[in-house]
Formats: sequence, C-alpha cells, structure tokens
Amino acid sequence: MLRDITLGQYYPADSVIHKLDPRVKLFSTMVYIISLFCFRGIAALVVATIFLVIVIRSSKVPFKFMVKGLKAIVILMLITALFNLFLTPGKTVVSFWVFKITEEGAKNAALMAVRLTYLILGASIMTLTTTPNQLTDGLEKSLMPLSKIGVPVHAIAMMMSIALRFIPILIEETDKIMKAQMARGADFESGNLFQRVKNMIPLLVPLFISAFRRADDLAMAMEARCYNGGVGRTKMKPLHYEGRDKRAYLIVLGYFALVMVCRIYFPFPM
Amino acid sequence: MSIILDNVSYVYSENTAYQIQALKNINLKIEDGQFIGIIGHTGSGKSTLIQHLNGLMKATSGSIYFHGKDIYEEDFDLRELRNRVGLVFQYPEHQLFEATIFDDVSFGPKNQGLTKEEAGLRTFEALKKVGMPEELYDQSPFGLSGGQKRRVAIAGVLAMKPEVLILDEPTAGLDPAGRDEILDLVARMHREQGITVILVSHSMEDVAKYVQRMIVMNQGSVMYDGLPKEVFRHYKELEAVGLAAPQVTYLMNELKACGLNVDTDATTIAEARASLLEALMGMDAKKADFGGTPC
Repeated sequence: MLRDITLGQYYPADSVIHKLDPRVKLFSTMVYIISLFCFRGIAALVVATIFLVIVIRSSKVPFKFMVKGLKAIVILMLITALFNLFLTPGKTVVSFWVFKITEEGAKNAALMAVRLTYLILGASIMTLTTTPNQLTDGLEKSLMPLSKIGVPVHAIAMMMSIALRFIPILIEETDKIMKAQMARGADFESGNLFQRVKNMIPLLVPLFISAFRRADDLAMAMEARCYNGGVGRTKMKPLHYEGRDKRAYLIVLGYFALVMVCRIYFPFPM
Repeated sequence: MSIILDNVSYVYSENTAYQIQALKNINLKIEDGQFIGIIGHTGSGKSTLIQHLNGLMKATSGSIYFHGKDIYEEDFDLRELRNRVGLVFQYPEHQLFEATIFDDVSFGPKNQGLTKEEAGLRTFEALKKVGMPEELYDQSPFGLSGGQKRRVAIAGVLAMKPEVLILDEPTAGLDPAGRDEILDLVARMHREQGITVILVSHSMEDVAKYVQRMIVMNQGSVMYDGLPKEVFRHYKELEAVGLAAPQVTYLMNELKACGLNVDTDATTIAEARASLLEALMGMDAKKADFGGTPC
C-alpha cells in the first residue's frame, strides 16, 4: 500500500538517461525546475510538455510507475489549487457566499497544478534513473568549490544520500509494522481524525525506534570501515564527462533558451 | 473446518521491472489441529504465503476459504479472520510500542472489543504462558533482553486466543536455550489446547522434532508436502535447492550404506537412538562381523 511513493526510488533500465553523468542530470533538473517557474504563455507550456515527454520516453521508465508517485502529492496539489482559486484578487467571474472565483485565480490554480505535476515528474525522472550513490557523487563534485569557503560539502552529500537511501527502507519497515499491528487487530482506516491520529501510535513508536536503531547501526558500520569524513577519500569510479553528457548539456540549454524565447515573444495568454 | 488455498498466485510489483512471482498456483488444505512446518530458503515465498492466510495480502489470483467461506467476498469480515488466525511476524519484538509490557500485550484483546477486565485476564494468561515473571508486567518492554522481548511480542498474539497460530521464524536470532523455550511453548499450546500451529522455519532439526506435516516451498511453489520422514527421504533433492535434511538423516543413511540395518526414516535423535539400539542388538544376536567392514 505504501509502495506507491516513487520519489527516491531507483528504477533499473538500460537507457540514455540512465547512462548520463549525474552532474548533467542534477543541472538539467535544476534548469528544468527554473524553467517551469518562469514560463509564460501557451507556447512555453507546449515546449515544456514536449521536452518532458521526450525525456520520459527515452528514460524507458514506465509512465505508470511515475504517475504512482504523483498520487502522493494529490492533496498538496488540491490545497495549492484551491488557495489560488479563491484567494487571488482580480476580476470576479463567479461568487457565492464569501467565496469568489476570479479570472486570475482560475488561471493561477491551473498553472500551479501543471507546474507541480511537471516538477514532481521531472524530479522523479532524476531519482528513478540515478542511483543514490551516483547522485551523491554528482552533488559532491558539483558543489566542491563551496568547500573552499568552509561549506561541509562532503558531509551534506553523504547525509542526503543516506536520507534518500533510507526512504524505501523506512517505507518497507512501515509496511511491515502496519501489517504486524493489523494482525493484532489494529485499525488504520476508520474513525474520526482524532481517533486516527491515536491509532497511528502503534505504528509510529516502533517506526521511530527502528529508525534510531538503523541510524546507530549504520554509524557503527561506517566507523568500522574507518569512515572519517571526506578527507583523503578516493573514488572507485571517478566521474568524467562523455560525449553524450556534453550533448545533453547543449540540449538542456537549448530547451531553456526556447522557453525564454517563448516567454518573451509569445506570452499569450498568461 | 479448515483453511483451503485454491490455486493461489501472488505477483509483487506487477508490470514493473521489479516484478516477482512470489507464489505460483498454491493448493493447500490446512486441517484443524495440525502442527505444520513450512520450510524453504530465503525468497521461496514462505512469508508471502502465510500473510495470505489471515488476509493481510490479497492473492493476485485464486481463492482462499476459511471454514468454507471465501475470504475475498465483499461481506467477509477480515478483522474477524485476523482475530482467529494469529500471525507472529519475524522479529515480532520490533512491533512493541506501549509504555508497559502489560499494556502492549493487551493491545490485541482490546482491539477485539473485549471488556477491560476480560482483556486484562487474557493478557495475564498469555504472559503467564510465555513465562514472564509477574514483577515485570508494569515495566517498559524496551528494557528487556532480546529473548524476553520476543516472548512478550508472542504473548501479544496469544492473548487474542487464535484458533490458528502462525509463527514466522520465531527462533531467528535466539540462542539455543531461548529457541527451545519458544518451540516447547508452541508445542505445548498445540498439545493442550488443540490449536492449529503453522511454523515457518529454517531449521530442519526444529521442524523434524515438532511438526506432524511438512510443507517445502521452492521458488513460489509447493515442492513437497507430507510427513517429515517422507519429505526427508528426498534429502538429495532438498540439498539441490539449498536446503538440507536433519543431521540424523545423513548419519542414518551413511550407516545403512555401511551395511548396518537401521531405519533411515529416523529424523530426531530419540528415534535414531532407538533404531540404532535395535540394529545393534539384532547384530549381537546374529553375531555378525561388523567391526571389519571397511567403511
């Protein structure tokens, strides 16, 4: 039941996207997200959609798999859309009681929903096609210049990769504990809000205990292998750019330029 | 009155790269009052199978009948099924959550809708059964040793008074003394209260010693199903799939190969001893020359 959360899960497949250098994917995801928040007009939307579809197709990850990840943020999307719908000032279209829907509000709501959906899809392509190890390597190497001004880049990258790595483990653990408590008659599905929160205690307490235990074990295991931070640590597979990585950079920059052109010259109708 | 599995299959993560067929066309009939052992190496589908028996997992295809009723029917009460088919998961101590041992064990009975007194009584009984000293009842379960935690967690299921008790590797990670304690407890409950027990285990010795019927799982299918001694006759096939027969079986087979007339069906040390004594007595009577055999 909880396996539906796809964010942070790796999907093994043999595709161009999988083979790209993680730095390319990180950079592209960032550029893509920036482009989502500064596009205007239907033309830019079409460009973003085409780009997303092409990337999804070439990643060879089944679309169904990604849509499952969207289910988890449906509530967030609904709330965002509703707030935008009712709380944007402007020309009133419909109004009833204290609520009024404005033209701008409707536009914003639709735009927000599209942006969030695209954002999650884009981000999940990155995590689905990149193993947590690659991701850390990429992050570490991209941010390395910051370590000169005292930013603990290695520690940050390590923490991120551990956090990502533990998402599926904790999901599995939650599933297991849930089942064990359901076997003892626990009920996680009915009752009012207050009861439901109370019913979560038999799930949350063991889950936290197990998370702490795992953290302890992991720290111990890392120390046992002489881990003492990033100083002097070498890589088994150092990252280096291939031809396809350079082409990918060009494609992404081209995409961004196209979105900007659309924004400036065809900002209709938004 | 039984559990019947009719052509049950289960596929994990269907239609993705992670797709795994965990169960393949399982047909089983579990009679009331049996003591059944399920063995199989890691990933053979044992744990998936037992989670179907109390409705925690829904078969991808096939049906399961509990006392003649299809558990996948719309109006079938799955909570009632879980009250009657108790399932103790692997490492059950990981599910403890209450502030005191007593409260944790009474979680199940309270969920069954019993009165406070009745739930308390059952809790008391269950804790007695697993041999927890009374002075510990109002202490935190997290201060206990591993073996004690395990027993408290098992008591949490026993307190629900299930008709069928399923244990998934209840002895994993315990020392030999702790292992015997738990298995003896389960055997005693089966003997005295006539409940059906299903024991999932890795240990052939445990299974041979306690169970009446043995089910061997391999790659999601039932490989063998029968009396332990019948199953252990196939010890060579068991080895081929990463399992083994009890040490005694090997010893008896080797002795037989050397010409000693022993019963190769002996699976426990007690049986082996009896058979060996008998064979040796018979030899004395015939004054056979055994000592010189180059073996």
